[in-house]
Amino acid sequence: MSIWEFANPVRFMRFSGKLLPYFSVSAALLIVTGLIWGFFFTPEADQFGSTVKIIYIHVPTAMLAINAWVMMFVASLIWLIRRHHVSALAAKAAAPIGAVMTVVAILTGAIWGQPMWGTYWAWDPRLTSFLVLFIFYLGYMALWTAIEEEDKAADLTSVLAMVGTVFAVLSRYAVNFWNQGLHQGASLSLDKEEHVADVYYLPLLVAIGGFVLLFIALLLLRTRTEIRNRRIRALQAREAR
Amino acid sequence: MWPELGKYGATVINAYIVTIVATGLLTWLSLRSARKSKETLEKLEARRNG
Repeated sequence: MSIWEFANPVRFMRFSGKLLPYFSVSAALLIVTGLIWGFFFTPEADQFGSTVKIIYIHVPTAMLAINAWVMMFVASLIWLIRRHHVSALAAKAAAPIGAVMTVVAILTGAIWGQPMWGTYWAWDPRLTSFLVLFIFYLGYMALWTAIEEEDKAADLTSVLAMVGTVFAVLSRYAVNFWNQGLHQGASLSLDKEEHVADVYYLPLLVAIGGFVLLFIALLLLRTRTEIRNRRIRALQAREAR
Repeated sequence: MWPELGKYGATVINAYIVTIVATGLLTWLSLRSARKSKETLEKLEARRNG
């Protein structure tokens, strides 16, 4: 069975309809477990006090803010190369999820930053690249809304997704590119010396798993809605003739 | 049961409230639009099939 078979909207609807309940339930279970574990059963950190508990919401949402755009980049590339409508609609469906995750990451970062840095906002490389990423999300969604002809909208938004990928990557590696600014280094790393202590690491992994599953569940749900809306427009156009 | 959050209690709670409200709202809006589009499509297809 090839992955391209799911480019067929009927097959995608059938398959995603079966998967959606599993992703939704496991997302809810993992998020609740990760957040309860992190909030109630982890100690304060020497440097951060109880604000360390914000890590369980800030890190997963920040990761998704970046990776939702990376997913949109891949889906847009598939649209541009293979012209599969489901991939263009999946990219469109992912944008509001990514935008909300970016807002949550920026807001929780600001709330966390105030007691740690003495300010809600600083023009730090990582913070600024996240703000630019959020503006790209808004521009991407606005472009879909502004263009009536669907294939043309998919083409132009795909080009925007390519350009915005630079900022998505920049958001991830900003602290490495410029060794300055207030934001600390990555909380997760393949190098065990670099990432957070084990007592925070395990609930963080559970919370990240939950948010990733939530992203997949919402993506499937919203892509299904986009496919249905496309069919509705086609039927309405046929009736109008 | 409730953890000792010290002087940063309001900071931590506010961050959790923002996240829960935003993700809850996103989920609710996604479910609502999914339900609406499903109902509209079913009506249109029923009308088309007579």
